[in-house]
Amino acid sequence: MNENLSILVVEPNPERVRDIVDALREAGWSDVKALLQMSELNQTVREFSPDIVLIDLTNPDRDTLEHISHATETTKRAVALFVDQTDENLTQAALNAGVSAYVVDGLQMDRIKPVLQTAIARFKMMRQFHFELNAAKQALEDRKTIDRAKGILMRQRGMSEDDAYKLLRTTAMSQNRKVIDVAQALVTAADLLS
Amino acid sequence: MSEVVLNCGYVPLVDCAPLVIAKELGFAAEQGLALNLLRQPSWSALRDMLALGHLDAAHMLSPMPVAMSIGMGGLPARVDALMVLSVNGTVFGVSNAVASTLENVRFGDTTALLSGLSARGAKPLRVGIPFHYSMHRLLLSYWAAQAPDLQIEEVTVPPMRMADAVSDGFVDAFWVGEPWGGVAVQNNVAKLMMAGRDVWQFAPEKVLAARHEWASQNEDSVRRLMRAVYQASAWLDAPGNKPLAVEILGRSEHLSMSPDLIDPALTGHIVPRTGASPVTVDRFLQFHSHAASFPWRSQAAWIAHHLGADAAGIEKAKTCFRADLFRQNLPDIGADMPQSSEKTEGAMTLPTSVASARGEMILSPDAFFDGRTFDFTAAVR
Repeated sequence: MNENLSILVVEPNPERVRDIVDALREAGWSDVKALLQMSELNQTVREFSPDIVLIDLTNPDRDTLEHISHATETTKRAVALFVDQTDENLTQAALNAGVSAYVVDGLQMDRIKPVLQTAIARFKMMRQFHFELNAAKQALEDRKTIDRAKGILMRQRGMSEDDAYKLLRTTAMSQNRKVIDVAQALVTAADLLS
Repeated sequence: MSEVVLNCGYVPLVDCAPLVIAKELGFAAEQGLALNLLRQPSWSALRDMLALGHLDAAHMLSPMPVAMSIGMGGLPARVDALMVLSVNGTVFGVSNAVASTLENVRFGDTTALLSGLSARGAKPLRVGIPFHYSMHRLLLSYWAAQAPDLQIEEVTVPPMRMADAVSDGFVDAFWVGEPWGGVAVQNNVAKLMMAGRDVWQFAPEKVLAARHEWASQNEDSVRRLMRAVYQASAWLDAPGNKPLAVEILGRSEHLSMSPDLIDPALTGHIVPRTGASPVTVDRFLQFHSHAASFPWRSQAAWIAHHLGADAAGIEKAKTCFRADLFRQNLPDIGADMPQSSEKTEGAMTLPTSVASARGEMILSPDAFFDGRTFDFTAAVR
């Protein structure tokens, strides 16, 4: 059932685009093309004439893509907006995952749906990964700041590392703040005074 | 009065100012409104979010609700313009290469510009516009239609990338809202040739949009929102407030652009090319004066007509500009408004006094560069 559908993925990030294209190919669609350069959009849409175009909901180039769909209105390859509320659940799922899709007019919903579901799952996964990556980065940053704050206390007040951390923690608790916030304040103050 | 929370979408352009001022200066809070301003990455995204109910209201290009109401624009949905957020405020500019062929054309000379561009030869002029359903595109088509020899190729470019599109040679010219024309000049890649108002002196540029259904189910929220935005617009157009407005908008996290980029649009002092002294453009961008925020049904009709709508489409379009809500929600906060909801678009070449709710008021000229007029009442009766 997956044959004969041509899919274009528009995404400037090479890693992300590979991810999405691979997911679609694994799911059985072979005719998948990736587009990284917006300047080639017009030509690609004309030459490849995709049945479905997938693009991140927040991509500012969506407006350009829509324009091209108007420009090609005269040909049979008219591209229409997917988000048409015929399938409320699917629309909301796409919205939450951050994916938007443009499909050729008259294409059957049962043929589009599996493509959308695959894309939604992949976009969701990338979002989650991005979120976790950021969380990990933040945790590392926080630890560096706390280490610096401990260092300052150890130097200035001759404390052991354990005591320095305990002081940060008790101060945070008594002021109803987070340890990282107290550490940040200390580091900032020390930078100002040095 | 219990607090009402509203999610309002916008695209970071100078003309979203009434929304930012309504929030930052407390006009929204005075109406018991907690206004969440949510920046949108594109007009398509803003439209989808509004149509699907993730936004209650939005700063929208004036042709968008008209297009959607008459079944164009990708997503058919009944979206209304509660009021006009801004009139005019766009610029047309050309790349330095094109500008070198137009040495003797002075800023704002629409006709000389047309003949200058037509004389360039048979190659189409690639013009960057922000969105298909925009006043930018309608004005461009209207203006360029006067020069049959001039071939235009429209290219949609997100406004913040317009300057780069010119320097990369992706477009030869552009029609864009401020501050992005100014940015192209600052980057020394383009010369501004005219303002949108030189083609149509009183063009509704952005509107405050909401879903028709939502507006009828949330009368109280609509009333609060319209009153807050109306007062913000009035504050913005008071000449003494301009310097403070520039400062507030420049500091606001909602726009995140430097005050020197915001100033030209608000004061109408436009620098046409790098190093040149500014030209003063009268009524460059209006928020309030001369009934700027009044949603004239004839403006919707003009837009629908130029989008290619038939008589039935034009009638439908008229109803999506909510002059009725304006009359219902604003008189008791001191708003004056014209007695009529339609006018002959393009008929006023001078400031003109008309009958208003409180006696009379002065309307701005609304003439087109070619002197044509559009009477949409005659067409249907």
